[in-house]
Amino acid sequence: MNIFQNIPPFDFHEVFVMPWTEFGDVFIWIFVMGFLVTAACGMLGSFIVWRQMALVGDAISHSVLPGIVVAFLLTQSRGTLPMFFGALVAGILTTTLIEFIHTKSRVKTDAALGIVFTTLFAIGVVLISMYGENVDLDTDCVLYGEIEYVSQDLTVSLFGLFDVPVQVARMGAVAFCVMLLIVFFYKQLLVSSFDPGLARSIGINPAIVHHGLMLLLSITVVSAFEAVGAILVIAMLIFPATTASMLSDRMPIILGLTVVISAISSLLGVHLALWLDVSTAGAMSVVVSTLFGLAWMFSPNRGLLVLAMRR
Amino acid sequence: MMSVSCKTGYMNGYRFLIRFGLILTVLTLAANARAAKISDLESIEFGEQLVRFFSMEDELLRTVLLGSLCLGLCCGLLGSFIVVRKLSLVGDALSHAVLPGVAIGFIVAGHKDPLAIFIGAIVAGLAGTVLVNLIKSTTHIKEDSSLGMVLAGFYGLGIVLITMVQKASIGNKAGLDKFLFGQVAALSSKEVTIMAVITVLSLVVIGLFYKQFLVGSFDAAYSKALGIPAQFFHYLLMLLLAFAVVISLQAVGAVLVSAMLIIPASSAYLLTDRMHRMLILSCLFGMGSGAMGAFFSFLGPNLPTGPLMVIAASTVFAASFFLSPKHGLVSRWLRFRDRTRRIRNENTVKAIYHVREKNYFEGEGVDIDALAARLKETRKATLLRVKFLTDANLGDVKEVDGNKNIFLNPEGWLMACTVVRNHRLWELYLTNEAEFEADHVHEDAEKIEHMLGEETVRQLERLLDFPRKDPHGKLIPSLADLQRTLTHSPRKNEPSGYRMPHS
Repeated sequence: MNIFQNIPPFDFHEVFVMPWTEFGDVFIWIFVMGFLVTAACGMLGSFIVWRQMALVGDAISHSVLPGIVVAFLLTQSRGTLPMFFGALVAGILTTTLIEFIHTKSRVKTDAALGIVFTTLFAIGVVLISMYGENVDLDTDCVLYGEIEYVSQDLTVSLFGLFDVPVQVARMGAVAFCVMLLIVFFYKQLLVSSFDPGLARSIGINPAIVHHGLMLLLSITVVSAFEAVGAILVIAMLIFPATTASMLSDRMPIILGLTVVISAISSLLGVHLALWLDVSTAGAMSVVVSTLFGLAWMFSPNRGLLVLAMRR
Repeated sequence: MMSVSCKTGYMNGYRFLIRFGLILTVLTLAANARAAKISDLESIEFGEQLVRFFSMEDELLRTVLLGSLCLGLCCGLLGSFIVVRKLSLVGDALSHAVLPGVAIGFIVAGHKDPLAIFIGAIVAGLAGTVLVNLIKSTTHIKEDSSLGMVLAGFYGLGIVLITMVQKASIGNKAGLDKFLFGQVAALSSKEVTIMAVITVLSLVVIGLFYKQFLVGSFDAAYSKALGIPAQFFHYLLMLLLAFAVVISLQAVGAVLVSAMLIIPASSAYLLTDRMHRMLILSCLFGMGSGAMGAFFSFLGPNLPTGPLMVIAASTVFAASFFLSPKHGLVSRWLRFRDRTRRIRNENTVKAIYHVREKNYFEGEGVDIDALAARLKETRKATLLRVKFLTDANLGDVKEVDGNKNIFLNPEGWLMACTVVRNHRLWELYLTNEAEFEADHVHEDAEKIEHMLGEETVRQLERLLDFPRKDPHGKLIPSLADLQRTLTHSPRKNEPSGYRMPHS
């Protein structure tokens, strides 16, 4: 059995042209959804990565599972709103518990994080298997996400001009909010991320910024989770930010770069998934990690190649 | 009392270890069961299931239980080292990073061959840890981000490969998704054998190089001075960790493997300060959680073993988080409460001493109003204070000429003398040795008086050449005075016979 037998032959027309000419209305939404998720996560990720909270996103994305299940069991509906609030509560609970365990005992932050999210995830899986018949929830969906079905969703009309799938519209709103908040509170975020002491001295409370960022992270992760699944949210949170930080030292440029990287990775990801006939979210994260690999090797000022040549 | 309970817990631990060891041996001898699902047993009653579980006659059950115990033991052992090395989330990254290896192993072998999958997973896992270290050493990116990148990147690749495999027409691919969530009941005896081998291997390696691992975990500089190749042992640990992750993967799934690594070890970390005890406790908690997971999933028709194991482990963690004798939240709160009470009582008896000193130690009782005036608080507050004092059996309240008076009993008087002595000795030390001004020393002494131990006091006395007076000219109660207050009290429980110092 050879691994290469599984790869379908590459046909440029079939992979890159046909989706836009033949199935444009489906493809555009998968791409837009991927872009919105990656861009929202990426912009937020720039700050998360600098604050060394990269794995908190991972934790939140896992522990939304019990939140969703409990919300479903309580309301008996698969409506978006209860699900969203269940997940949000679980996300906030996660960050609170992590902080509680690590401030009230000698367990380190990373261990506390590992304890909290795995426990909540385990509770979620047990709940699903106990009420399995009633819950129309799929653990696979939790992990992979189902971005492929985004255009089969109900649509809403936007400004009377486009018919936008509900999910895409919602994610767009979240991404827009993230962008607005980052622009409005740019100074506070920047100063408290790099120099909490300075932040305190100019009247910014780092604790409030921290909790606000956690809330925003929970909201973003919960909305993104439906599209790309639990584990890949973390790829979208970390990779654009680290890739951009390999290329620049200026925060505004990094933020701009993450948006560009998001666009590239969701576009190429959609095509890669189509070519190999695999999970779109998985393909997108493969693309985004390849982009990081390229930046790591060839970055003009701190790439491995440049470092090797200087030596 | 706390140390006693700790000790008995430790003894129980040894007994448990022996019992688990026996069960393990018996099960190893009898582990040749077929793979099947526990959920096949739906129709059987709860009670019957209980009997079946404890009679251990079911071969499937024995396989599952042996697998769970091996998993718990192995993860508990290695988890302790990664928790104390602050590498907790390396297990998480590893368990996700092995996924492409699992898929490639499957593709190469063409079917679900445990050995091929095992090798693929180990290679992928090690590649992941090497990559984390490479990113960390060649860029400015921090450890958590590099862990996250390896985790997510490899996992994305793994998902792509697995979806490819699932769509391709290869033989029996059932059970590949078990790597995501795990299914102990689907373990075959071959897999359990691999698990047992890996567990024994980890035990042997850790046993042989215990000192090297220990020193490397806590003191990198010392380990370097001893000539221990730290890098080698780091990667040896990572290799063992990769083994542990891979064998646990089918049982509990990628997401929850790190739980079995972190949670039992963290529970043990809260219970003891000694590494070997932590290792033993962590292994016990791991095995206990494994057995509990297997037990509870056996009771219901459709219950997954892995998550139940994790929930059992988390329950143990919650218990030690709150109730650990030394580091637990409740015990720390109790200690804090005891200390506040003691300090409050010490302040009260000190004030009583001061009032009596002002009266040249005439009369035994101290009027409540005089005490309230001395403490600069209301009569009501002072009465409350005095009540705490009488509750702690340090004194009694009696009516003298229509006024309420507080009488200290010998223990109370001893406490008063000790606190005053500590206070005045410290003041003297600060003025004489640390060259503080005499009017600056009171505040500091107010705090330290509650904390000075006997040993420190002896040292202070020697250093200050057994002084009799403090910087303000007041007499310091000496050790001899303190001893006399105890030995010379004629009637133990009645307030009487207290002399002034140096009488």
